[in-house]
Amino acid sequence: MAMSDTDDWRAAAATAGATGEGFAARAVLIALALGFLALFLVLPLVAVFAEAFRNGVGAWWAAFQDPDGLAAIRLTLIVTAIAVPANLVFGIAAAWAITKFRFPGKSLLITLIDLPFSVSPVVSGLVWVLLFGAQGLLGPFLKANGLQIIFAVPGLVLATIFVTFPFVARELIPLMEEQGTADEEAAMTLGASGLTTFVRVTLPNIKWGLLYGVLLCNARAMGEFGAVSVVSGHVRGLTNTMPLHVEILYNEYEFVAAFAMASLLAALALVTLVLKTFLEWRYGGHLAGGRGH
Amino acid sequence: MEIQIRDLAKDYGTVPALHSVDLDVKSGELLALLGPSGSGKTTLLRSIAGLEQASRGKIFFGEEEASATPVRERGVGFVFQHYALFKHMTVAENIGFGLSVRPRAKRPPKAAIRERVLSLLDLVRLKGLEDRYPAQLSGGQRQRVALARALAVDPKVLLLDEPFGALDAKVRKELRKWLREIHEETHYTTVFVTHDQEEALELADRVVVLDKGRIEQVGTPDEVYDAPATPFVFAFIGDSSELPVTVDQGRVWLYDRAVPLGLDVVGHGPARLFVRPQHWEVGAPANGLAGVVRSVLRHGPGRRAEVELGAGVSVTVDVSDDHAVRTGDRIGLKPSRWRLFLADGQAVAPIPARRPAASGFRA
Ligand SMILES: Nc1ncnc2c1ncn2[C@@H]1O[C@H](COP(=O)(O)OP(=O)(O)O)[C@@H](O)[C@H]1O
Ligand SMILES: [Mg+2]
Repeated sequence: MAMSDTDDWRAAAATAGATGEGFAARAVLIALALGFLALFLVLPLVAVFAEAFRNGVGAWWAAFQDPDGLAAIRLTLIVTAIAVPANLVFGIAAAWAITKFRFPGKSLLITLIDLPFSVSPVVSGLVWVLLFGAQGLLGPFLKANGLQIIFAVPGLVLATIFVTFPFVARELIPLMEEQGTADEEAAMTLGASGLTTFVRVTLPNIKWGLLYGVLLCNARAMGEFGAVSVVSGHVRGLTNTMPLHVEILYNEYEFVAAFAMASLLAALALVTLVLKTFLEWRYGGHLAGGRGH
Repeated sequence: MEIQIRDLAKDYGTVPALHSVDLDVKSGELLALLGPSGSGKTTLLRSIAGLEQASRGKIFFGEEEASATPVRERGVGFVFQHYALFKHMTVAENIGFGLSVRPRAKRPPKAAIRERVLSLLDLVRLKGLEDRYPAQLSGGQRQRVALARALAVDPKVLLLDEPFGALDAKVRKELRKWLREIHEETHYTTVFVTHDQEEALELADRVVVLDKGRIEQVGTPDEVYDAPATPFVFAFIGDSSELPVTVDQGRVWLYDRAVPLGLDVVGHGPARLFVRPQHWEVGAPANGLAGVVRSVLRHGPGRRAEVELGAGVSVTVDVSDDHAVRTGDRIGLKPSRWRLFLADGQAVAPIPARRPAASGFRA
């Protein structure tokens, strides 16, 4: 009894010492992290909104009366409305193929999915120019048939799809890997068709992960600058998306209008962040390994 | 519905998992596939279900060639080791799933599905839990739901892959008895996989022993225990000791000592002699194979000794309470029942009758 008391006491002292030392280190690290966050994230965000509302809400609102600005917003929405569903389908299909089947070239496919993350966005745009541009591989064919891809909406959509296609697939693959194939097999032995199995068994199992991936994909699709900039051609009112329009306005010293447009993108980022945090908090267990991005 | 398996083979890439398996499962029987890990039990079971595509061979359910039918039309009930219950569905929805996904023309009305679900819950002794979710059930309860779900579609055959493998020992025993009861009530032709020989021997009508993708023996629990067909089966099922012996001129030799088997043996050359611990008669050193007791340990109701026979050979021997056997004692051993396998594998000596050395015996 006495022996164990002593041990407890020693252990307690050791723990206290360790935490005492750890406390200082922790405080420094936390201060460092918070300071960094404030400097590089909060400050710019505050600056964006401060600039946008510098001349009052009226001036901010007036910035959106410009037809070119409205066209940019509309174009961003159109591109996103095509790119996100396309990547939703692609992401599910890729994750399904990778996790539920064995086939040659599987690891290559996994590597390829990550490609857009490791390639510079400018290159992601240039690929399409090289393929579909006037001097590109398919340029003559497109021209002969009166089709325009580069410097037009199709090019913007292609570039956006390319840049954002990892988001859904990367979220789903570890999730579906972890869940295995037993649920689907059970459904099959019970007589369910492939579609029924997908809708009634697979989809409910992955829905939160899927939503999470779509959210990230959407944020990136709306905010993408580099790849889109290469294929856009910057035709005002026609091929400018929101991020491109912000740049143009800024270069023309229309600071309030530029920041007003930027404030919309920033607001989108904030909404995404809130939803993402909510999903992680509420359905963390249903996301890939409960991890965040 | 009887199952016939003919020349079934399966390999994963270059790795063979099953070599030419032939097997008949009788209608209404409860058959166990028993073997060590990696012996191909799951592969065989999944091939019967159609979850695995065999590389060669055919499977028949009655007259119908099941191997030509896709899984979803094959009419099998499959129970997975880790239950594979649909987490977002209640117990009732899980059990009713198979009926609810039928094409409209063949789908029973909702009320009929509900009725079937409730009667199955009754059968698997889970009355009143229909509105729970799988997460709110214990492991044993989940597996009962999984079985009810498989039975709901009235399958032609019921297949279970290590159904109790994920449960603790006490629940396993309970569910074993429960499965036997359900089988007696329903008489579905059932094949279950286990690596637990106690489970196979206690539960099954017949046991199929598998090793390295081949069937070693098919028989009743008594047959595989009392008359193992191969050295592998003898070593795998129950406890036993193996003696590396030589057969020469009708006698069996452990190096230079004759093993007292009580009768002559036909054959010649190296062989493997198997004896179970309870089949050794303990006597004076001069009266049998002499050995030294290295340890005596409690074993269930009796005691069990390790006896060293020399030359690196030791055997496990059950000692009765009448014998005051202690560590260090020199004793003599005589096998009362045994089995001898000649090295060429073909010439297997038959087992002597139950009374030691009473009836005739020829290889
Ligand atoms: N999906 C697979 N891919 C490659 N090899 C496999 C696969 N499944 C099983 N095997 C191999 O086939 C053999 C039999 O496996 P299995 O049927 O699972 O054995 P058991 O169920 O008796 O443990 C093993 O050698 C195993 O490694
Ligand atoms: Mg197995």
